[in-house]
Amino acid sequence: MTSAEQERSDLLAGFAPFARLSPAQRARVAAMARPVSYPEGTRLFDEGQDAKGCWLIQTGQVALQSEVPGRGSVTVHTLGPGDMLGWSWLVPPHHWHFTASAHTPVSAIAVDTAALRALADGDPALGYPLLLGILEAALARLQSTRWRLLDLYGSPHAR
Amino acid sequence: MRGELAAARSPGAAADTMLPAAYLVTHRSAETADTATLRLAPAGAALPAFRPGQFTMLCRPGIGEVAISVSGDPSAGDGSLTQTIRDVGAVSGALYRARPGDLIGVRGPFGTSWDMDPARGDDLLIVGGGVGLAPLRPVLLGALARRADYRRVILIAGARGPAEFLFRGQLSDWAAMPGLAVELTIDRAAAGWDGTVGFVTEPLGRLTLDVARTSAFLCGPEIMMRLCARILMSRGIMADRIQVSLERNMKCGVGLCGHCQLGPLLLCRHGPVLSWAQAAPLLAVREL
Amino acid sequence: MTGPGPAVLSRAGLDELIDALIADGYRVIGPVAGDSAIELAEISSGAQLPAGWGADSGPGWYRLRRRGDQAVFGHSAGSQSWKQFLHPPRQRLWSADASGFTPAREEPARLAFLGVRACDLAAIATLGRVLGGGVHQDSGFTRRRAGLFVIAAGCTEPGGVCFCASMGTGPEPGPGYDLSLTERIDGDGHRFLVDVGTEEGSQVLARISHRPAAGHETAEARDAVRAAAGRMGRQMPDTDLAALLRDSRESPRWAEVADRCLTCGNCTMVCPTCFCTSTEDSTSLAPDGTAERSQRWASCFELDFSYLHGRSVRASGASRYRQWITHKLSSWHDQFGGSGCVGCGRCIAWCPAAIDITEEAGKLAQDRGLPGLPGQHRDIGEGRDDQR
Repeated sequence: MTSAEQERSDLLAGFAPFARLSPAQRARVAAMARPVSYPEGTRLFDEGQDAKGCWLIQTGQVALQSEVPGRGSVTVHTLGPGDMLGWSWLVPPHHWHFTASAHTPVSAIAVDTAALRALADGDPALGYPLLLGILEAALARLQSTRWRLLDLYGSPHAR
Repeated sequence: MRGELAAARSPGAAADTMLPAAYLVTHRSAETADTATLRLAPAGAALPAFRPGQFTMLCRPGIGEVAISVSGDPSAGDGSLTQTIRDVGAVSGALYRARPGDLIGVRGPFGTSWDMDPARGDDLLIVGGGVGLAPLRPVLLGALARRADYRRVILIAGARGPAEFLFRGQLSDWAAMPGLAVELTIDRAAAGWDGTVGFVTEPLGRLTLDVARTSAFLCGPEIMMRLCARILMSRGIMADRIQVSLERNMKCGVGLCGHCQLGPLLLCRHGPVLSWAQAAPLLAVREL
Repeated sequence: MTGPGPAVLSRAGLDELIDALIADGYRVIGPVAGDSAIELAEISSGAQLPAGWGADSGPGWYRLRRRGDQAVFGHSAGSQSWKQFLHPPRQRLWSADASGFTPAREEPARLAFLGVRACDLAAIATLGRVLGGGVHQDSGFTRRRAGLFVIAAGCTEPGGVCFCASMGTGPEPGPGYDLSLTERIDGDGHRFLVDVGTEEGSQVLARISHRPAAGHETAEARDAVRAAAGRMGRQMPDTDLAALLRDSRESPRWAEVADRCLTCGNCTMVCPTCFCTSTEDSTSLAPDGTAERSQRWASCFELDFSYLHGRSVRASGASRYRQWITHKLSSWHDQFGGSGCVGCGRCIAWCPAAIDITEEAGKLAQDRGLPGLPGQHRDIGEGRDDQR
């Protein structure tokens, strides 16, 4: 493993989806990952496209957006450092459900998800903790979405 | 107990505990569709200076009285009071609709204050949701006035939508200010919004924290404070380094009417600002 | 108080005492028999005292009873307490016009309380800690209490709902009285053993007919009061009540008691220490638009007591009963350095659902494996069932 790969492997440990992997397992994933950076405004993917790749955001923010007729491009969620962007590659129909664009300049670790899926399919001892980690991240996002649904700051008159 | 110390310091003249002082509205600024900030000047003698986090009892004669946190600059020193009021009922609605020249009765200031001393030399983290930003504004203004006393100063503010942030003009100024990190986040997606979309817990969870040297100040809906405190504690911040400002039905403001009890506490006297170590076990009991 | 030992006052001497206080400008408040209960009212002579009336009480019931003698303090507490004079059910606080706020004026009056039981003496002290003991004080209360002259009455005949002995407040009157009377009726006649508590009490006594008590008279009166401790109709479980209630927040008992509790708030109205108030604002219909604020007793059983924009924090009856009993027995210690319950038993007698604070505390204690109910309560008085 190159020192850059070692460094990426260590970085992966800070992201929930990979926190459960052993150092050796993480090193195998690190080999499929590369650092990327995007200027502000870059579209990382578009709604409806084939879902390939995921990004572990290190700095900057990525806006998940949806095109709403009459309202334009509406941000439904903002992701930032420590968040994983993109999990539609994991489940059919393997299409992106939202558009992701760099809200600020972004640096991230991009993972080759085709290779990652193949790795996980072939090695359930890696695939299972990986899936648990992704589930943990997905649940955290589901929960914060539910809290937003509570409309906690709304006026008591409107409740 | 911190509350008792604070109560002992507040100079309450026994004879006039229930008698409001007359103040006049000198300025009103609309914050949101249902919230306004009033500046009040004493018509006679001014009440004692407030400490960040304390509240007053504001009344419109003939209508009623409610507890409102002071949202102004603690170093103003001109005897004026700045209070931010949301229209949620008959009395708060009448205060919200007050116009310059109107008479407002004021009692106070009452209750405990944000304890900023433990934050000296450390990072100051402020998280405000909705109108919960109002009682935190004096903390931020106080920190900015003594900026060298603190390391990082971080403000995370949440609102339902872009038009529902309090102090919008000032928030933009703060966001542009070096030495102050501001993150605004909204619950409801809106076109043209340039900030973050997500619950306040999300930017909070993404912060790089020096957990041994961070003091957190939280105010907003009770659930929001609970969720934020949970995240901060999971990151390793001790419960006694997290302060929250709670709300109950405060009627007299001075521990004589019994309405604002929360378990062993009279929230007007022992609160409204409590450490999370005090508040957490009480808030965990339903209908306490 | 050092000085001469106890004195003895005749029945006529008691009337003299009342006259002397009235002559000094006191409004004398004492027990009277009226409206099927012992009430507290201003009296102008000793003839108004409830001579020959006793009272029987139990959970959810109270009856006056004719006694075989002419005792004037031979009854236990009625529904009223001294709270209504020191902390009136309704009072004006201020009025306001365009120029500002004017405090309400109250006719200054010096009050003399006659026949204050040990439990109620403790209740006055408790109210004093709550309303007059902090940095912020209820100025009306402190003013009324400052001029108070208190004549206690030692209890020799506790009632069916009494449990002051187990709360440590009686039956011997504790400190806080100017004079204390123990009523004695025997072959030697109708008289009162008088203990002097203050210099002011001593001066008043000096102006009326009395004689020094004989040694045996003092001993017999003391014994009679002490014996009353063993004849309380009820008792609290002998455990740390503050800890018991604090540890019982999640008890299933609250739901059970809520099935019986009507949340009527009677217990809080008759309680001699329940102090909660609400304020009401009103505006005159006259063109000047004068506004005023008044204060009235409130109850933690009211649904809007804990109202917080849009809802009540304590919506269920279970949570409101829990609040009341926990405040009385537990959080009162945290807030005011003592118990909020003095053991007078009024809340038991005047509960329309016969809910008994000692019984509920006993059940909670039993649930936690602590000493619970001391056994069958003795309901003093006959024919309890057909009187309910």
